[in-house]
Amino acid sequence: MANKILIPLYGNDIAPRFDLATEVLITDLDENSENREEKIVVLPQASAEQLCSLVITEEVDVVVCSGIEEEYYQYLTWKRVRVLDSVIGPRESVLERFYKGRLKSGDILYDKKG
Amino acid sequence: MQPLIDKIPLSIVVLDTNRRIVTLNRALEALTGFSKEEASGIPCHHILRSKICLKRCPAMHMNEESEPVCVESDLINRDRKLIPVRINLASLKGPNGKVVGYLETVEDMRPFRELDAKISQAYSFAHLKGRSPQMEKIFQILPVFAQSDSSLLVTGETGTGKDLVAEAIHQASSRAKGPFVKVNCGALPETLLESELFGHQKGAFTGAVENKPGRFRLAHNGTLYLTEIGDLPLSLQVKLLTFLDDQVIYPLGSTKGFQTNVRVIAATHRNLEQMVREGRFREDLLFRLNVVRIHLPLLREREGDIRLLLDYFLNSLTSRFRKNIKGFSKKALRILMDYQYPGNVRELRNVIEYAVNVCQEGQIQHHHLPAYLTETKPLIKETYTVKDQVPPLIQSGLNEHKLHETEQTWTDLERKMIMDALVKTRGRRSKTAALLGWGRSTLWRKMKQYRIDQ
Repeated sequence: MANKILIPLYGNDIAPRFDLATEVLITDLDENSENREEKIVVLPQASAEQLCSLVITEEVDVVVCSGIEEEYYQYLTWKRVRVLDSVIGPRESVLERFYKGRLKSGDILYDKKG
Repeated sequence: MQPLIDKIPLSIVVLDTNRRIVTLNRALEALTGFSKEEASGIPCHHILRSKICLKRCPAMHMNEESEPVCVESDLINRDRKLIPVRINLASLKGPNGKVVGYLETVEDMRPFRELDAKISQAYSFAHLKGRSPQMEKIFQILPVFAQSDSSLLVTGETGTGKDLVAEAIHQASSRAKGPFVKVNCGALPETLLESELFGHQKGAFTGAVENKPGRFRLAHNGTLYLTEIGDLPLSLQVKLLTFLDDQVIYPLGSTKGFQTNVRVIAATHRNLEQMVREGRFREDLLFRLNVVRIHLPLLREREGDIRLLLDYFLNSLTSRFRKNIKGFSKKALRILMDYQYPGNVRELRNVIEYAVNVCQEGQIQHHHLPAYLTETKPLIKETYTVKDQVPPLIQSGLNEHKLHETEQTWTDLERKMIMDALVKTRGRRSKTAALLGWGRSTLWRKMKQYRIDQ
């Protein structure tokens, strides 16, 4: 199972735009899928190129994001990073569904009443 | 209300006071890729995904007295396309005057951007750009010349756009669907040039193992563009003259002529009248070519065009290299406007391409320009040798840059810049990097690329 996930954040939610996110969550699940290491990286400025570079240097396996331009999607895919885009919702709900193996591109996990 | 807003071609979204989506219309569904069922109840910024939502949402500070707001932004739709949009936001008030929600319209600006691009094609003919009186006259006369089938002679110094004029005339003519074949008369030795132009018959010379059609036959029903016609050897000038008279070509080694329907456009930077006086160019050929003549002025003589071209190349190159450079600093602009451009438009383009590549900021500064522009004030010498008219030479205090007739690519220019800077700093690489406005690692990489480090 993929261990390292990167999620651009906007508050506690998945950031609506990959290229405008200044905070990212990088979470690393160990082999037993028990212990999860999380860190939040703050970027000096929003930049899709810098974010892609971070994905590569951190050896991220999966990027979970919302809006991302085709160019960056294709780049990350070419670099063998799995990209689940158009995901909307709070980060905890998204991670929970991901670890259950049920998260896919386009999922909307928002509490519409809240 | 839903059936009503669905009929409106403009994208509309209605928000509650928490900026969550109440409903949206079909046009917005098509624009964003989200259906109203999916979007309902979701905060607007997750669906619209617009830059302005995340930076400074106008709805955040709206109250009862606020006026509607119009902002330009962009959004990314579900197909991962970045779309420029104009967003209008107004508050919706209840019977008691309090804000009960917001109405947002989203206009797709892509058609307008395409129109802007077309409008920016003003001051141009094909790929030629200019708004000076000299170029206006040329733009007016080019379509007329294009419609004629007469031979055309294009003169002008290196980098003034002779190739572009030839191609523009071909494209605007009735021969546009036919081939446009270009031959550089100065590029090949005489023996090869004859075979190249007129073709050869099998066995005409050693190595002629089959018939070769030649460029004239390849240009049949189209246009043959002979650049550097002044370099055409006298023996071939005779053959060209025969063609212009009879429209018949005789391949090398053949006694049989072939009829071809070709329009000839010739170009040169040389003074053909002078060459005729010296016996190096046939007078009768000059008369035949000189039926229609276009002379392209020097860039420095084209009033107002330098500024137009600086902006044009900056826009097209920043777009091509995906840079976010907005313009020139005052000092950089002054340097660029004062420079004489002996290499004309080609040199101007090379300078801007260099600056765009070097610049890592949002504006081109003077230190992003090639070093030779900012060194001692260049002197323009209008020198003509006894034999030929040559383009004017620039002589600076430190460097002698002889701009040759052959094209200087950006790579050649950059290599020369590095060499000149190294000479100036006596090989000190840190100072060289500072002079060029680069980091040391960038200089090291480029020196390795051009093998200057060896």
